[in-house]
Amino acid sequence: MNTQRPGTAAASAPASGWAIELEKINKRFGAVHANKDIDLKVARGTIHGIVGENGAGKSTLMSILYGFYTADSGTIRVNGAPHAITDSRHALALGIGMVHQHFMLVDNFSVLENIILGVEDSGFIKPSLDRARKELDRLEAEYDLEVDPDAIIEDISVGQQQRVEILKALYRGAETLILDEPTGVLTPKEADDLFRVLETLRAQGKTVILITHKLREIMAITDTVSVMRQGEMVATLKTAETSPEQLAELMVGRRVLLRVDKTAANPGQTLLEVQNLVVNDDMGVTRVKGVSFSIRAGEIVGIAGVSGNGQSELLEAISGMRDQKAGQVLLKGTALSLEGDDGAARARAAGLAHVPEDRQRMGLVTSFSEWENAILGYQNSPQYGSGPFLDIGAAKKAAAEHIKLFDVRPANINLKTSLFSGGNQQKIVLAREMERDPDVLVIGQPTRGVDIGAIEFIHNEIIKMRDEGKAILLVSVELDEIRALADRILVMFDGSIVGEADPATATEGELGLMMAGIGKKEAAE
Amino acid sequence: MSARRPLPRWADIALLPAINLAMAFLVSGLVVLMVGENPLHAIQVILYGAFGYGEGLGYTLYYATNFIFTGLAVAVAAHAGLFNIGGDGQAYVAGLGAVVVALALDQTHWLLAMPLAVIAAGAVGGFWAFIPGWLQAKRGSHVVITTIMFNFIAAALMVYMVNRVLKPATTMAPESATIAVGGRVPQLRQFFSFFGYSPVNLSIVIAILALIGVYILVWHTKFGYAMRVLGANPTASRYAGISNSKMIMITMTISGALAGMVAINEVMGVQNRLVLDYVAGAGFVGIAVALMGRNHPIGIMLAALLFGALYQGGQELQFVIPGITREMIVVIQALVILFTGAMEGLFRPSLERAFMLFSPEQKTEAIAVSTAKSES
Repeated sequence: MNTQRPGTAAASAPASGWAIELEKINKRFGAVHANKDIDLKVARGTIHGIVGENGAGKSTLMSILYGFYTADSGTIRVNGAPHAITDSRHALALGIGMVHQHFMLVDNFSVLENIILGVEDSGFIKPSLDRARKELDRLEAEYDLEVDPDAIIEDISVGQQQRVEILKALYRGAETLILDEPTGVLTPKEADDLFRVLETLRAQGKTVILITHKLREIMAITDTVSVMRQGEMVATLKTAETSPEQLAELMVGRRVLLRVDKTAANPGQTLLEVQNLVVNDDMGVTRVKGVSFSIRAGEIVGIAGVSGNGQSELLEAISGMRDQKAGQVLLKGTALSLEGDDGAARARAAGLAHVPEDRQRMGLVTSFSEWENAILGYQNSPQYGSGPFLDIGAAKKAAAEHIKLFDVRPANINLKTSLFSGGNQQKIVLAREMERDPDVLVIGQPTRGVDIGAIEFIHNEIIKMRDEGKAILLVSVELDEIRALADRILVMFDGSIVGEADPATATEGELGLMMAGIGKKEAAE
Repeated sequence: MSARRPLPRWADIALLPAINLAMAFLVSGLVVLMVGENPLHAIQVILYGAFGYGEGLGYTLYYATNFIFTGLAVAVAAHAGLFNIGGDGQAYVAGLGAVVVALALDQTHWLLAMPLAVIAAGAVGGFWAFIPGWLQAKRGSHVVITTIMFNFIAAALMVYMVNRVLKPATTMAPESATIAVGGRVPQLRQFFSFFGYSPVNLSIVIAILALIGVYILVWHTKFGYAMRVLGANPTASRYAGISNSKMIMITMTISGALAGMVAINEVMGVQNRLVLDYVAGAGFVGIAVALMGRNHPIGIMLAALLFGALYQGGQELQFVIPGITREMIVVIQALVILFTGAMEGLFRPSLERAFMLFSPEQKTEAIAVSTAKSES
């Protein structure tokens, strides 16, 4: 591969010195070369971003630095001295702390108890707690990180929980903080708050390594950015001297269109109508509280919201996977009967296709071959065999067509589906649902865990369907995606639709406030 | 963490079971050695007893017939993600269906009695598995628990039925009236004297048809597809509009009906009456057969033959080598079940490593990995 290294920045030692230096790090998992000769230098007192697609090796590299994995070869230097980091305790002792994507907190403990967990002074808790409380006061004041030390974790917001994780690392004496995809679970407002905290940390001389796939965040907060692709470090750049387009190109290895080109919507008759829908989750908790909206032909309606505000249950109820407690779903004016555990079959028969949020758990049977998944949900269609028999030839033919139309790689219909990459798995699901020519397409998280190159393709396919006069319901936690694709945005908070916005005029700030449940409460429709 | 490659298919379905079997025989050989007998002689006796002459082969096939039915019953349920361990009870109560039809029609012809008895035994066996299926689908009671409890209910029910309902007043033994020739399934020895006095009968034809039928059902019908989706990913099956509750009930019924075919072999083909405990654990051997046969009809056929051979060869062993008692035979059978069933994955990791080293296209990769490791 021809590796381009445009302006390998920050090669000479900075005045503050290097906090972390990685040299020729190699790591293999069986046949997979996850890290190839990685060099990385992080200057003390800076925010250093690492970007790359899924599977580029970012997490592996950070796990090596934090002592989860041992590198096959290479050197790690912390503050100039070489160390063989054997476990995370060792990393902590060297002043390296990590804030994981999924928080490592005990939900029914208080903030203070979580902070001393594992670093208690003695067998008795009380002295540790007292000492920790003083120390915490100091840290909170110094870094402007306000958290009530006596609050129980499960009662505080996700943003607050993240602060606890940061405080935990600082309490353990971290000088260098690694944050793995920290904004995935935050509202835009909470993300902004986090960035302010990171800036304070930098001002106090701490070093931050930020792993993310959101280029916007890289541009907003980092000083230096490193790009990884397929296990290699392809470039390290000064953030001020680069652009999102350049970073995207480095990540994918070819030019990528970040913006979606689309014409104005030309909506026709109402195709999908949802009236006062109430849905419970598996625990019997009401998650969708009387939602109403409608979608017309040739229109994409996006539902924005922080994950866990009822969007999943809404999608599952509309597509017939989950029983609805009240309300109804009308397709072309006819109410869909979605009761029973085969409701999804009737929804499909009526012309409603569903690309689920979680393709591996719902949309695919990953232990099946590609062709077997190409007919999932449509297995009873006469196209795939008459009577009780399955026409395997017809199914394979359809699968081959899907693969060709959606450029699924590798183009092998007999390959086990779990062996395809996330983006290609998503294409398999999209091809199956789109090629049946449904009237209404319901899509959840169309590009979660999908590479940038495939995102572009998927977005274009969704726009194409809209232009063919289909009604599309799009649910995504990626606000950028909703804003790029939707013709109308509905914001969902705590099971209700709290507002509607026009993507052309709404600012991120307005949407962010609505997503947090604050602000104008317009009735949708 | 290491990304081992899965085994090639032929190694998974043929080589691994063969290694497991070899290990079982090796350990069994040591046991035989410990009681002071010659293991090689023992193996020779088992093989000769099971396959060496017509009557022995006939017995092997007779046992295998039962194991094919119970193995298929376990396999069909397993494809839908259900663990039916009630094959024993289902096969047992199915005897009611078989014996009622056979006694009613034993003055006609087996060509009439046998198909009707197949239907009746299938219906009763299917019903006995449908109840646990219904309980799981509608009430959430796990079939593993309910099917095994239904084995005990079946045993109690059959004691009652045989003693109080089916036993003619003139007999003392706990058994039904004897089925006249018109209601019996013909013995193969009537056509091929080669089989001597062995009880192998035309039920084996039903077993072969069942093997083919299950293959078609599982891999060539829409129902089989839905069944496999449910077994592999119940959330995806709900997404696909498959009614999981209906699938569970229907699949369990099919599974029970297959187990019920044991009654045709035993009641109409061998005993010619309904006796107590005629299933003799065949339902449990079916679990090992399905496990070893990877839930595939061809594998089940081979595994059923193996267990049939062990049963028959084991009997022979007792006669020929008096030092080896009946209990020893049970030990050997248990070792085979242990290695091929319970510890089926024991040699998988090492076999996978071996394949990485010896397959040409993977060899370079494997070497690169080990060098990379030694450098650090």
